[in-house]
Amino acid sequence: MEKKEHIISILVHNKPDVLARIAGTLGGKGYNIESLSVNTTTSYEISKIVMTSIGNQATITRIENQLRKIVDVTQVDDLTNVESIHREMILVKMALTAETKDKIENLIDTHKWKVIVSTNSYLILEITGDKPQIDFALARLEPLGISDITRTGIVALKLDD
Amino acid sequence: MKLKGTEILLKILEEEEVDIIFGYPGGTVLDIYDKLYNSSRLKHILVRHEQGAVHAADGYARATGKVGVCLVTSGPGATNTVTGIATANMDSIPLVVFTGQVPTTLIGNDAFQECDITGITRPCSKHNFLVRNIEELASTIKEAFHIARTGRPGPVLVDLPKNVMASETDYDPANIQIRNIETAHKPVPKKMAKVFEMIMNAKKPLIMTGGGVILGKAASELTELARKYSIPVTGTLMGIGSFPGTDPLWLGMLGMHGTYYANMAVSHCDLLIAVGVRFDDRVTGTIETFAPNAQIIQIDIDPSSINKNVVVDLPIIGDTKATLQDVIKFLAEHNYVQQADERSQWLNQIAEWREKVPLTYTQNGQLIKPQHVIETLYKVTKGNVIITTEVGQNQMWTAQFFPFDRPNQLITSGGLGTMGYGLPAAIGVKCAFPDKHVVDIAGDGSIQMNIQELATAAQYKINVKIVLLNNSYLGMVRQWQELFYDKRYSNTDMTYAPDFVKLAEAYGIAGLRAEKPEEVEPTLAEGLALDRPVLMDFRVSREECVYPMVGPGSSITEMRLGTREMIN
Repeated sequence: MEKKEHIISILVHNKPDVLARIAGTLGGKGYNIESLSVNTTTSYEISKIVMTSIGNQATITRIENQLRKIVDVTQVDDLTNVESIHREMILVKMALTAETKDKIENLIDTHKWKVIVSTNSYLILEITGDKPQIDFALARLEPLGISDITRTGIVALKLDD
Repeated sequence: MKLKGTEILLKILEEEEVDIIFGYPGGTVLDIYDKLYNSSRLKHILVRHEQGAVHAADGYARATGKVGVCLVTSGPGATNTVTGIATANMDSIPLVVFTGQVPTTLIGNDAFQECDITGITRPCSKHNFLVRNIEELASTIKEAFHIARTGRPGPVLVDLPKNVMASETDYDPANIQIRNIETAHKPVPKKMAKVFEMIMNAKKPLIMTGGGVILGKAASELTELARKYSIPVTGTLMGIGSFPGTDPLWLGMLGMHGTYYANMAVSHCDLLIAVGVRFDDRVTGTIETFAPNAQIIQIDIDPSSINKNVVVDLPIIGDTKATLQDVIKFLAEHNYVQQADERSQWLNQIAEWREKVPLTYTQNGQLIKPQHVIETLYKVTKGNVIITTEVGQNQMWTAQFFPFDRPNQLITSGGLGTMGYGLPAAIGVKCAFPDKHVVDIAGDGSIQMNIQELATAAQYKINVKIVLLNNSYLGMVRQWQELFYDKRYSNTDMTYAPDFVKLAEAYGIAGLRAEKPEEVEPTLAEGLALDRPVLMDFRVSREECVYPMVGPGSSITEMRLGTREMIN
């Protein structure tokens, strides 16, 4: 069976140790979490966790079954095989030098990237997109000197059937 | 009504119809113990080690089907329960374990006897709670019992900080709300039609029964299905007792120490109906060669048990009792009749295997054979006994040589294989059934892991009987060393041991010894007749092995049979 990245969306009771339960259950059974994003939903009592893991369908089904056994987990959906949208965000700090300044500004203009901090010596960009878009941006920016970066986990939402 | 945390705990224990607690006091649970001092309804058994408390509650839970309850203090009291909790978790036994905790104001400060017991037990319990304030105490305790007994059962730990238990809140039993955690899946009719078709087409069907049949109280349905359609039955260690061991259709346990005929049957059947099992590696041998010719139906309440080790053809997620009832009803409504000649061919084939390699041992000379002790125990009790075991050879011989006719008649640590389980578990069982004989079949290695519980038995006159198969070895490990490590007996010789008869007497219980085969029956008769706890020390043949044995990483058809040639 083909191994690929699956995006799993999980609804949980917002309890202090719920993330530890999920991470511990999967880690203890040898499943890796590649990316993770957690926050409350419209209700403070319920959080949504979006995680990704790489595996074939059988492995992913086992992961889903293990997640469903956790008492504080109320719903588990694999968003990979249904229509859904995916986004990640990066905050990138670019050092500005005489050599790179123009090239960086050109890129920003071309791709309409958002500058959220601008000083004489550096810029901070906020870029949002799906995984290929983020990878594309990083491939362009890396040669120009990224001095710091933060990348969020994937967030994803299912489309209506 | 304003009540203290300690009073709320006791009230809910009464509402949950808890009649017995196994526990051990300490600093953070002093207030709870002070309330227990006045309780007329809750009986407390003071064990001698917290591990013993959990195993005793576990034995009680298995014997009664109720939730077992423990109470221990924080820190080391709590960490000592971990092996017991992991044992119950592997075998899906409903427990609620209450642990004391340091006051919430001190949590995280490395206070005296503080430990993060919810963190420690997260991977080995079904669920756990740290009660952070008095308002959530009542609903948390209620929820703990609900979770422990619902769906696939398991142990739940509730950590109780001292200041929470000492504070007060309004208590209104009508106002306690708990989440409804699980609903059993209902099998769909389409699947029943498929089951029918698979059974119709099978020439060599076999039922494999597991712990889920006992936990799901589905033994009578399983027995009805097997007997009505003459389907032979094998079982896992945890499934023993879910089908009568004296029935001709019973093939005994399968797997590493399974009978020759059970392993041959599962390897040759064309339909395997697996109920309440999880295909443990001790059962399957190498996965690739397990039931190679069979279509497999698996019925289990836990979706995570399906397709975990063995990929099955028809998974049915559901309560074992309700699902088997559906199967029986569907077969009857559709007038299923087995092909008598095909079925008798299959049963004859199994009978041939049984005749070729029966479950047996050789009785020679003046040494007591451990299997003989177990057979004699059956003879003397006429099977009218509840048996617990320790872990190792004693456990496997019990599973092989004692025919169990009822669910929960064999109480043993299957999944985790916890040495030291049998004695405290027997104490728990005997507390539930004071009028029944309760026997711990023990080894000299295992019994010493929780030997201190002899004091508990003596103090409360809990008349458990210990049948010690004493070979002065860690017998099962020694057996592996004999067979797979060139007889290099590294650290398995237990010759340096106490005189168990004197030890029993020192604890205030009776001690008996048998050293010759002819002493076995009189010793058992005398020990069982005494109205006291008794330890019977049977000095058995030292290097007896458990056979058949499937080597690690082998197909279950590759069985070592001891003095016989290996038969394929």
